[in-house]
Amino acid sequence: MNIVVCMKETPSITAVKRFTADMRLERRKEDAEINPFDEYALEEGLRQREKHGGEVIALCMGPVTATENIRKALAIGADRGVLVTDPALEGSDAIGTARALAAALQKLGFDLALFGSAAADSYGGVVPAAVAEVLGQPLLSFASKLEIADGRAKIERAAETGYQVAEAAIPALVSVIQTINVPRYPSMKGIMQSKKKPIDTFSLADLGVDATLVGVAGAREKATGSSPVDTQRKGELFSGNDGAADRIVAFLVEQKVL
Amino acid sequence: MFFRLDDEQREIQELARKFAQHEIAPHADEWDEEHHFPREVLQPMAELGLAGLLVPDQYGGLALPRLTGALIYEQLAQADMATAVWLSVHNMVAGLIAKFGDEAQRERWLPRLVSGAALGAFSLSEAHAGSDATAIRATARREGDEYVLNGSKYWVTNAGEADLYAVMLRTDAEARGRGISTFIVERDTAGFSIGKLERKMGLRSSPTGELIFENCRVPAANRLSAEGDGLKIALSSLDGGRVNIGSIAVGVAQAALDVAVRYAGERVAFGKPIGAFEGIQFMLADMAMKTQAARLLVYEAAWKMDNGEPSITAAAMAKCFATDAAMAVTTDAVQALGGAGYVRDWPVERYMRDAKVGQIFEGANQIQRIVIARGLLGEVASQ
Repeated sequence: MNIVVCMKETPSITAVKRFTADMRLERRKEDAEINPFDEYALEEGLRQREKHGGEVIALCMGPVTATENIRKALAIGADRGVLVTDPALEGSDAIGTARALAAALQKLGFDLALFGSAAADSYGGVVPAAVAEVLGQPLLSFASKLEIADGRAKIERAAETGYQVAEAAIPALVSVIQTINVPRYPSMKGIMQSKKKPIDTFSLADLGVDATLVGVAGAREKATGSSPVDTQRKGELFSGNDGAADRIVAFLVEQKVL
Repeated sequence: MFFRLDDEQREIQELARKFAQHEIAPHADEWDEEHHFPREVLQPMAELGLAGLLVPDQYGGLALPRLTGALIYEQLAQADMATAVWLSVHNMVAGLIAKFGDEAQRERWLPRLVSGAALGAFSLSEAHAGSDATAIRATARREGDEYVLNGSKYWVTNAGEADLYAVMLRTDAEARGRGISTFIVERDTAGFSIGKLERKMGLRSSPTGELIFENCRVPAANRLSAEGDGLKIALSSLDGGRVNIGSIAVGVAQAALDVAVRYAGERVAFGKPIGAFEGIQFMLADMAMKTQAARLLVYEAAWKMDNGEPSITAAAMAKCFATDAAMAVTTDAVQALGGAGYVRDWPVERYMRDAKVGQIFEGANQIQRIVIARGLLGEVASQ
């Protein structure tokens, strides 16, 4: 089975976020990591390969420096990497990103394309659906369980009460949520072998994508401003002997801790 | 001269850090308190490759350079010195079998050790033979295709928990240093039992104890290398062992420094954080200097071993300086935290208890100084 895991490189959650004059996130190489949500997609890809055989490709659109994070996916267990990079891709919105990823997926060919449910920087969460739309192929979204059998992909999607079951013939796209698995650590051997695994680079020309439809040129979405979230947490202080314990108990009951 | 790790070293260091901080550090206090040997982390560590650091690829190991190994032990010891120590012993045993075992012995034991299915232990010391290893009295007497083992061994790390014991025993009463041979003894061998387990100041989650052999019969095929090679085998692991213990000491020192720095920023006295007082600043600065100097000595010794340069003096310096530094830094960390440092709500008292053994085992620091002095003085030092 050909499994392609789409991964984004995002600034680490703890990194200080700065924006450029045209309101684009300033990306620093030293803060870059694999989008934490995509680690679950990668793990699911590896588990499906362990069950069904085949190959796992880590596909990433990003700057040339993203190779380092593709390498990390190879250390964790992906067989090879593909980087889609082109100066014209800078500033792509979700639709532009989806066009480029869809073209890469088409070029690579796949039975299963896996995505994290969103990216930890923009938190748009629409790229998997947009890629499916461009490709005209089914998306099984927000999977908390995935089974492949008899040429069909079947997922469970957590709902308010219980879960929904959805299935589609493969090739299919699946986005996963964090409860689907526990991502493994890379191994020392994986790190050592990752240097020998191939990483191919595709430009827009390689993919036959019209440069005016992606990047800043093609973006129909534009960030106009940003402001920090007020993260100051206001604690509530119960003190004194006069009923403080009762109020704490009441609070814990309210929070469903007790 | 480059003071920069390469990509692979950085990634391996980062992986060791992540694993140590997530899977070991949160439990270290409890393991210490309960004297719990965390067998449950051996398997996950083996999956990362940590149980075969010195074993060649064909047996499932990594055959990592010493420097990379030092980076790993440093990270593990930052989380828990005891875990780093018992793992380093395990790796030493696997390394000895890889280096001195014949093909059949490697096939037989290495996959079990590397996969974490079996834990290794190393046994040289006796009641009357510590720093002077030639004084070994416990015997192995040849009888046909077997050896009959008698006597007891002391201070064995992983005693009782380990499945395979590399034991140095006397096969020739006449020849002192050359009358010693190395045997691999399986835990369930008849006539082999575990004696007293020590009640220690530190390293409490790692058992240390006595091995007792009473007419214990092992096949001659369990002897590593030729008869009389035992001391050579034991001594071959000295430099590596010293570098490992040095790197572990650096890890403990760094952990203590980190806690002290954090505390100095948070604890307020006389209206300001105590880190605003020079008395604390000077202490932290000295701790940082000692830790970093130790780290550089350890890395240099490891680098020399990796590059085939003479490493005896460098390894002795690294072990001695780093473990002395760890003792000083952890003691200062307790001082910087004051009353908080003396109680178990903070980990620095554990670091201090653990650090002490570094100055004693793997060649006491007095022995290291003799080794260094002999390097300086040659024959003169031996008169």
